[in-house]
Amino acid sequence: MVTRARPSRARPLWVACALGVLAASMLAGLLDGAADISPWQVVLQVADWLPFGHVDSGLAPVEQGLLFELRLPRVLVAAVVGGLLAIAGAAYQGVFRNPLADPYLLGAAAGAGLATTAAIVLLPSSAASIPVAAFIGALGGVFLAYTLGNTAGRAGGTATLVLAGVAVTSFLTAIQTFVQQFNVEELQRVYSWILGDVGGGWDQLWLVLPYAAVSAVVLLLHGRMLDVLSVGDDEASGLGVRAARVRFTVLLAASLATAAAVAVSGLIGFVGIVVPHVVRRLAGGSYRIVLPLSLIGGAAFLVLADLVARTVLAPAELPIGVVTMFVGAPFFVGVLRMTRRAVT
Amino acid sequence: MIRTQDASVRLGDREVLSGVDLHVRRGEWTAVIGPNGAGKSTLLKALMGLVKHQGEILLDARPAATLKPRARARLVAYAPQAPALPPDMTVFDYALLGRTPYIPYLGRESAHDREVTESVLDRLDLGELAMRRVGELSGGERQRVVLARALAQEAPVLLLDEPTTALDLGHQQQVLELVDRLRRADGLTVVTTLHDLTVAGLYADALLLLAGGRAVAAGEPSQVLTEEAVGRHFDAHVKVEPGPDGRPVVHLVRGGP
Repeated sequence: MVTRARPSRARPLWVACALGVLAASMLAGLLDGAADISPWQVVLQVADWLPFGHVDSGLAPVEQGLLFELRLPRVLVAAVVGGLLAIAGAAYQGVFRNPLADPYLLGAAAGAGLATTAAIVLLPSSAASIPVAAFIGALGGVFLAYTLGNTAGRAGGTATLVLAGVAVTSFLTAIQTFVQQFNVEELQRVYSWILGDVGGGWDQLWLVLPYAAVSAVVLLLHGRMLDVLSVGDDEASGLGVRAARVRFTVLLAASLATAAAVAVSGLIGFVGIVVPHVVRRLAGGSYRIVLPLSLIGGAAFLVLADLVARTVLAPAELPIGVVTMFVGAPFFVGVLRMTRRAVT
Repeated sequence: MIRTQDASVRLGDREVLSGVDLHVRRGEWTAVIGPNGAGKSTLLKALMGLVKHQGEILLDARPAATLKPRARARLVAYAPQAPALPPDMTVFDYALLGRTPYIPYLGRESAHDREVTESVLDRLDLGELAMRRVGELSGGERQRVVLARALAQEAPVLLLDEPTTALDLGHQQQVLELVDRLRRADGLTVVTTLHDLTVAGLYADALLLLAGGRAVAAGEPSQVLTEEAVGRHFDAHVKVEPGPDGRPVVHLVRGGP
């Protein structure tokens, strides 16, 4: 044998490279803004924040406050949300054996959209209700689609699940549009929520972090199982795996990740589809590679997208959802062309 | 090794399989033959527990219905008619899937699992292709890769649903000879569905002829492959002659039925 064969797994080198890219983009995210702070000072300041790190960065208290209260939470929220959306997208693609699946496939977006619209209309003065409504709405949408799909078709089958997702999405979107039409004055707020925002500060980060941690760990543990599912339900069952049970667990974790991301950042499109595909093209198709690298790559991608959103029209800000799609689509086409190969 | 008694399968309100008795001895190769829609694949699926059955199915003297999925997977390996081959997966990863019944649910494969996979690939002359993507393989290579996955399962029973469909004559022979060699070497019990009657008669020790969901004939190839039986159940006009080794050869006759 020429080379010793080994199972696909995220190699430490790749993980290190991905983490390097993430660290660089986070640093860039911290650097950019109205106040002029040098990269080296940012590095020193970050070192100072770390436990046991006592470094004098030479930054004035105002500048430190700016970094700590505005830029740092913003970069961290972007990273967490991007990572969650990308790993949830990869998981959905695995569960549905469909490269076009995204984290919003099962009605998460429509559920969150409706619930948020309702919250904005019914509780116009309470901004704190929006993330809660979005979270509940997203999970509610998925629950509805999952229940419908499983009662309408073969238990745990994928095709009826996707169709149920389509039905639930149309239905909830129709209600949302209806509610909007009667509350035109709130349209602006609804739309700006839909297009996404990661500038919510530390509160938002603490809100999303527990769900992020749990769902990411569960998904990362299921990489090998998603590989088994990729040969189809019958064969997976021939290998001693209860496909419907694995699918339920993975969907639950991925939907939790999606709902948490949607709750703090609105509907940011494209991350969940693009990042896993880029990883697949560059590093390999096994979910043991795709899941961890999507988590890191998605984080880096959204931090950079937020950076672009803040800079191109500065001091005005572009909605981050616009950037992910505007930048993401050409970037994706570029990767597809670069890595073109015979696909059967 | 395998014994079914009065096994029936209903899909919806249609009885796809009714009252089938099958007996396969350890180390024996049984081919299930029959016209399209006779229930051949359903019989294999029932043995695998993929469809619900009535009646009794015993695997290694244990009722199949009571076996846990992992225990069953260690007993029976199954390759469906049109296996899904994820094009991006490497040959090694794909064959390694066969070790799933031995790997803890959220665990990772052991060195032993990797060794078994490696030796199976070498045995099937796939060692060189181990790091290639499954999507890049030819039809014959794919069939070998599917076989490799089933063998990596190290189960004493091998169920192959039409292992030679879509293969040319040479590759058909290659795959069947391979199965025959492996079962002799490892003492595997093999059950295949096969649509080519002559081929079925050539390789199998015993045939089971299904028609309309019922077992209409069973036994040695020469007992099952008669002009009368084939003519009636396949609605075909054939001539059956003994081949050079005494096994029956089925010819189509023009102008019938």
